[in-house]
Order: sequence, then C-alpha cells, then structure tokens
Amino acid sequence: MSEIINREVIEYVGILAKLELNEEEKEQAKRDMNKMLTYIDKLNELDVTGVEPMSHVFPVSNVFREDVVTNGDERDLVLGNAPAQKENCFKVPRTVE
Amino acid sequence: MSILEDSAIELSKKIKAGEVLVTQALEAVLERIDAVENQVNSYMTIDRDQLMKKAEEIQKKIDSKELTGPFAGVPIAIKDNICTKGLLTTCSSKILSNFIPGYSAEAVLDLESAGALIIGKTNMDEFAMGSTTETSAFKTTRNPWNLDHVPGGSSGGSAAAVAAGECFAALGSDTGGSIRQPASFCGVVGMKPTYGTVSRYGLIAYGSSLDQIGPITRTVSDCAVMLELISKHDKKDATSMDRVALGHDTDFSNALIEDVKGQRIGIPKDYIGEGVDPQVRESILKAADALREKGALVEEFDLELVEYAVPAYYVIASAEASSNLSRFDGIKYGYRTPEFDGLHAMYKKTRSEGFGSEVKRRIMLGSFVLSSGFYDAYYLKALKTKALIKESFTKAFQHFDLIIGPTAPTTAPKIGESLLDPIKMYLSDIFTISVNLAGLPSISVPCGIDASGLPIGLQLIGDSFEEKKLIQAAYTYEKARGSFPSFAERNIDTYGKTI
Repeated sequence: MSEIINREVIEYVGILAKLELNEEEKEQAKRDMNKMLTYIDKLNELDVTGVEPMSHVFPVSNVFREDVVTNGDERDLVLGNAPAQKENCFKVPRTVE
Repeated sequence: MSILEDSAIELSKKIKAGEVLVTQALEAVLERIDAVENQVNSYMTIDRDQLMKKAEEIQKKIDSKELTGPFAGVPIAIKDNICTKGLLTTCSSKILSNFIPGYSAEAVLDLESAGALIIGKTNMDEFAMGSTTETSAFKTTRNPWNLDHVPGGSSGGSAAAVAAGECFAALGSDTGGSIRQPASFCGVVGMKPTYGTVSRYGLIAYGSSLDQIGPITRTVSDCAVMLELISKHDKKDATSMDRVALGHDTDFSNALIEDVKGQRIGIPKDYIGEGVDPQVRESILKAADALREKGALVEEFDLELVEYAVPAYYVIASAEASSNLSRFDGIKYGYRTPEFDGLHAMYKKTRSEGFGSEVKRRIMLGSFVLSSGFYDAYYLKALKTKALIKESFTKAFQHFDLIIGPTAPTTAPKIGESLLDPIKMYLSDIFTISVNLAGLPSISVPCGIDASGLPIGLQLIGDSFEEKKLIQAAYTYEKARGSFPSFAERNIDTYGKTI
C-alpha cells in the first residue's frame, strides 16, 4: 500500500484543489488516494525510457483564428446565472484588504 | 403497433409522408414518459412548456419542405452536461443545480437545425464521473430491462431513455466509455467517434483530451445518421479536426452496407479472458461467428498493454478534471455557499458543498498528480503510457481492419453494489477506456441477453477516422443478428411496482 499521502500532503492538496474537508473526509481521502496510487503504481512496470509523452493523439499544434466578435450583447444572459450581482457586475467578496 | 417502436429514421419518414404529425410523436413520447418515468428516472429536466410550440414550428417547416432530413420531427434527449440555451443544464451536480446556459452546444444546434425536437435533459453521473449514473446528485436512474440494476454510466439517463421508449435517440458523451457502456447495459446502440469529429463546444469539460459527444440510438442506421448530423469541423473547438481536408468524409449513412467480406477482424485475447463473465464471452464469440459467416476473417490476437489503460486513464482524466472544474467557484454561475468569511473561504465552502464525493475524489487525485514533485512520476508517466497504448493499437491495425470484443466484462450490476469499491468500478471500464486514450472510434451494438435478462453489448473498434468501416461492420452484424427485443416486449410498466 502506497504511503505517499500523509496528512501534510492532504492539507497541501486541499489548498491546490480549493476544497475544505472535515477530519473524517481527510482520513477518507488519505485512504482513497493511497489505494488509488498503489493501483496506479502498476505503471512503474512499464519501461518508458525514450517515450515522448502524448497529450494529444493527433499532431495538432496551436490553432489560431482571427479575434472577431461574432456574438451580440449577452450581458443579461451571462449575469442571469450569477449567484450575486450588483450594478451589472458580478458581486464578489472583498479581494483586496 | 405504436409509433414508439419505430426507429428515428422510420418515424421521420412517416412524418414527412404526412402519416404522423410531429405533435402526435411528441404526445406519444410524453405519454410514455408519464407511464414509466417514475420508475426509470431517465430525465433531469423535461421542457414541457415549450415542446408543443416547438413541435408545431417543426411541423410547419416539414410541411413547407424546409426540413427534409432524416431526423426531421424526431423527439430526442440530450445528456445534462451538454449546454442547451434556456434549458437547465446541471451535469447532475448541486454546484450547477440552477445553471441555465446562454447558448447551445454546437451538436445541439446541428440537431435542432435538422428538425429534431429536444424533449429534455438526461440524468448522468455527476460531471460524467462514474460508471453507473449513481453519482448523480439528484436521482438514481434504473435499467429499463430490470429496475433493480443500474443503466450504466455516465450517460445512463440517455441510454435508459432510449431503451425505455422515452425518446427516439439521445446524445451522450464518452470520456472512458460513458456512451458505449450504458448503451451495452441498456440494449441500445452507442457510438464514440474519433476524437475531434464532433465539436466539444458547449460540452461541459471533464477530461478534455478524451471527451467526445456521440449518439445513443435503437439501431445502427439511426446511429450513423445522427453522427453524420453532428460531425463537422468547428473553429470554436480548437481540438476539432477538419476531417474532410484530411480525406476522411463524414457521409456515414453511405456506409450502411451489408458486407464484411474479406474484412480482417481481431479479438484481443485479454478481452475474452479472465474476469469476463462466461455468458458475455459466449455471446461475443457467437457474434464473431456471425461475422465469419458473412465472410469476415476473425482471429484472436495479443493486444499489448490492456491492463495499463485504466491506471493511465485515471491519472490523465483526474488531472484534466482538476483543472477543468476549477471554473466552478461560486462567482459566475451555479451554487454559492450562503455563509462565508472572505473570498477564499467562499471558494472552498462553495466547492466542498457543491461537489459530490466522487468528483472531490478525482479533483484531489488530479491536483496531486499535477503538483510539483509528483508531476513526472504520475502525470508524465501516464502520458507516456498513453503513447505506448496508442502505438499498440497502431500495430494491431496493421493486421486488422477492426477489433471486436465485449463493451463491458459483465452485464449491468445491481444498484448500490458498485460505489462501495471505486477501483472495482473503474476496472469495469477496462475495454472502453483504452479507446479514448488512443482517440479511436468505437461502437457498442446489442448482441445478446444473459440468464437474468440483461443485455450484452458487442464493441467494435476502428482505427482513427475509420468510422465508415466500423458502421458497415456494425450494420452487417446487426442484420445477421436479427431483431433485438424492444422496450414494448419487455412490458416495463409492470416492473418496479413492489419497489
């Protein structure tokens, strides 16, 4: 069983993932992730020396297009989904102290 | 015979011939939904207010010959991770429980302009993460063949709706088998095209390098026609492929030809080996014989690296999910926690309350494998494994035109059994996942029924852009197999009354 995931790692991953876990969830996440990583360690059986990592299955490089506006004013549609809005803007908690 | 038993193409023909009105087709579907939906739970949202008006508009365009296509007037359903303008799109997640898109996915627009009538949105595993539709935050969809069993997932609502006669066809999405596996479990046809064939614009992303939208239908013909309607190069999706420019047309309905003479078909030994239910194996071998009788050359072979696909997939898909799902922050749309102290607490509380446990599990794993210090050991390693898996398929396709095997190692498990052991659930996708890693097209066609009355699916896999070969073989097999029991013969209405 993998032991890579300890409490410290769980705290760190929680910050990266922007998730707040309670004590019970942290212990569960630790167990689950160690179990998953033990399983994923199967990949270590493979010799990947000299293999290029493949992110896209087809040889596609950057795709460019002209930056032309094709849609109209959709402000109300967009803001309509906002949990909170004020004066036609998204309302958010204070971001600068 | 009820019009509900027609295929999508047959229904549209009758509508265009004036034998059936679009409103009649709609009424038949709504009546069916009213009769079975409380047992099957396929749908998240049904667009009841607009449907009659839309049906009448489509009828007018059919009458004026503005709409003449093969799906004109056909009631369909859309998986709830595909955006529909003005219609609730939740991904079966609390965090999007109130999200009404301001635009429609490209595939939805294509179907609408072809005259299809969108009945509603179907239930799914939350953010498409799951293999049973049980991780939905809202409801448990049941398998129309046996209500004690799952419909598969993550497009379980779409597959169940088609199988139960609650629509004529549906869209699903497939990241690791999410179209093919529920199609297999529900006794319908499901297809994932070559990566880049259908625009992902408006598909709420899970694993972007693996996700593809595709059809779930009753017949191979419906599948080919529906895929043809949604396949095109779309500049709004940077990973969309210009197939025509590459010499691979999308006239899939032209491939509905009954002929597999001389086709070389391989069955990977691992696909019919240990861990595969004996009844599933028998059914697949019987299907192989049917293809042999039609003139195909079928033989077993060793496909390399089969057991490495699932671990590589969970690293890559979780990594991409952790990045894709960072957009759900309680600012622009969806759920926001009511009480919080400061911006970061708002993010954390919103996400922790809004996501379910399987989604959180994958976000955590994905954040970890991308974190500094572990990136090379896990993420990069998985991407290298993906390259090797792609190569193993490339080698196989030097010898074979197609690969066949089961879509899933077993038939649909009972509700409540799968979530107890996530790794076991992940392993049930072993035959579908490698296809996504390699970006290949693949179709699941019903090929048998096990002793407990649950359907078995035959998976056919083609090389990149070889959809036509795939459809031709699937169509030939379907003809050789003969008719498959439809929902009407299963008398679903009597199921579940004791539950």
